[in-house]
Amino acid sequence: MDIKQMNEENQVYFIDSDQLPPEVLARKHALENDPSVRSDHMKYLADMEIIDSDVKDLVRKAMDEFDYDQYTAADVERALSHNTCTIEDFKALLSPAAAPFLERMARKAEEATRRHFGNTVYIFTPLYIANYCQNYCVYCGFNCYNNIHRKKLTFEEIEQEMKVIASTGMEEILILTGESRKYSDVQYIGEAVKIARKYFRNIGIEIYPVNTDEYQYLHECGVDYVTVFQETYNPTHYETLHLLGHKRVWPYRFDAQERALRAGMRGAGFSALLGLDDFRKDALATALHVYLLQRRYPHAELSLSCPRLRPIVNNDKINPRDVGEKELCQVLCAYRIFLPFVGITVSSRESKQFRDGITKICATKVSAGVSTGIGDHEAKYTGKEDTDVGDEQFEINDSRSFDCMYQDLEDGGLQPVLNDYIYV
Amino acid sequence: MSDKFVLGGHEFNSRFILGSGKYNLNLIKAAVEQGGAEIITLALRRANTSPKENILDYIPKGITLLPNTSGARNAEEAVRIARLSREMGCGDFVKVEIMHDSKYLLPDNYETIKCIEILAKEGFVVLPYMYPDLNAARDMQNAGAAAIMPLASPIGSNRGLATRDFIQILIDEMDLPIIVDAGIGKPSQACEAMEMGAAAIMANTAIATAGDVPAMAGAFRQAIEAGRTAYVTGMGRVLTRGGSASDPLTGFLR
Amino acid sequence: MVTINGTAVNAAGKTVSAYLQDAGYEISRVAVECNRDILPRTQYDTTVLRDGDTLEIVSFVGGG
Repeated sequence: MDIKQMNEENQVYFIDSDQLPPEVLARKHALENDPSVRSDHMKYLADMEIIDSDVKDLVRKAMDEFDYDQYTAADVERALSHNTCTIEDFKALLSPAAAPFLERMARKAEEATRRHFGNTVYIFTPLYIANYCQNYCVYCGFNCYNNIHRKKLTFEEIEQEMKVIASTGMEEILILTGESRKYSDVQYIGEAVKIARKYFRNIGIEIYPVNTDEYQYLHECGVDYVTVFQETYNPTHYETLHLLGHKRVWPYRFDAQERALRAGMRGAGFSALLGLDDFRKDALATALHVYLLQRRYPHAELSLSCPRLRPIVNNDKINPRDVGEKELCQVLCAYRIFLPFVGITVSSRESKQFRDGITKICATKVSAGVSTGIGDHEAKYTGKEDTDVGDEQFEINDSRSFDCMYQDLEDGGLQPVLNDYIYV
Repeated sequence: MSDKFVLGGHEFNSRFILGSGKYNLNLIKAAVEQGGAEIITLALRRANTSPKENILDYIPKGITLLPNTSGARNAEEAVRIARLSREMGCGDFVKVEIMHDSKYLLPDNYETIKCIEILAKEGFVVLPYMYPDLNAARDMQNAGAAAIMPLASPIGSNRGLATRDFIQILIDEMDLPIIVDAGIGKPSQACEAMEMGAAAIMANTAIATAGDVPAMAGAFRQAIEAGRTAYVTGMGRVLTRGGSASDPLTGFLR
Repeated sequence: MVTINGTAVNAAGKTVSAYLQDAGYEISRVAVECNRDILPRTQYDTTVLRDGDTLEIVSFVGGG
């Protein structure tokens, strides 16, 4: 089979890399080593909807032009004294020149957070319902060549997991899948959402990007918000990390949130995976993506996440590189000062200590009771061990339960909130 | 540094839009010159027979005419006035102003949006005079407006930036140029609006009622230029009094 | 009779350009609306006023 012909419809699913047939192994290596055999990452596939939008071009232009070394302490001082943070101010705050101003940035960010959100912090939990994936992304534990245990929950299993999670008191859930239209199709996700509506007050999804009509269908099933991570906004580097599958198509992924909002979704989540590429440029691009969509869809509730790379199964080389906690904190404070109204989610990839600290400054949403494995909430929550569980996407750091997180937030002077809005 | 003011695809060097009402036609040329204005507003009225003087004879060549729709009380009347103005053969610019409140002369945003929808489709460069409301401004942009002209205070009042905070919201949120119109009474207020990030200032009464019309136009020019430069340059830092708290927020970072 | 700028005028039968000239308007400095529709300048010569027509003749004045 010609590699360029491979797609989700006809791709053989490689569960066990030890048993990959020689020609498949050769294909995998060719993808990794020979750019000419990889498909054009800027070209939409036949089934991908193209929408009329200039946001991509604006973000790329700003990112290309961003020379963060030209900003000085004086630029940062100015930015910190402005009531309205301009794009230029934001760039200064992301620059290396802002590092010595971190405490002042944190104070300004805290003030903006309290003004817009009071002292509330939302708690949610993610539920992975399938880990089948037909992308080959070199840093991800779910990638299609990785030798992990694959699993897709049945509807009975989904309901059971949801019951267990809901019984802790959690009211918001984020449903995740690996990116496989074949193994976890839109109908399957829609049915999972319908089950979730029985147990939760609001529902997000983090699945492969889909077309507007499919987002519409999922919205009708009960989805409130859609999260898609662009991973890196630098297409040239993106191409070298996402070697195969639908995810390889950079522009289609970029427009996912806009399609979701056009489909009537209440909100959308954005993120770069910091550390994949130049994190300052990716942070600028992510924030501008949010900023521009907010201006075009002013009713939308937008949120940012800030994942750093985490170690994955079978690969100990994956690490967050130059994004230390201080750099991450700088990015988050800059996000908050530039976009005072957006939700900021800090995932369990980060430590308890970091999450406790950052919720006092600018984070407004944290996950709790997290498992990135498939179908293991019941095992984790109840100690029931004999279940068949799919392997996890990445290793988490902060494994606090819902109760523990709730208590810790309260002890920190914050007010835990379990759902964002009511349906009327 | 080039800092052109772009309006409906046309480029201008000046950010001062001068009104031509309420003062002697003989002063227009001097006011335009001293004010450096490149756009001047006009109104349309029933013509007199055997007119002794016509305002067009007093406006220097090369100046862009911006007819307004004053007198219109609803979208339909404004559309008629705009079409008549264009028939005069002086370009496609129109400042839509629709008022049916004769006491405060406040613009009717709703009728204005309806009017923009029609005129933009007919190829006009539509500049709506409006009450500074973000939702209305967005609707105006979607309807095809080329800029947004929020009022600073009631027209002709010279009372300055009474709507300051709301104009700031428009400046921060809108992609279109924000031209502060109506109520600007003195150069310092024009300067402040420009420092806030307004794209241009429209003034008439402040100049028409000044002791020396051309000299006041010149003062406005200087104020607008100063405010623009300050805005583009980036305002300096402001030092706040008091020390920072002893308990750092970022102490947890490793 | 023709209603011109709100006044009844005995102008039926004249072309618009003849009326404008006779009444002393400076043709290049006015715009004309006939029965609520713009009358393009190119049609002044060929448009004959009829009984019951309503004409608005306008020109620019100072304004803000």
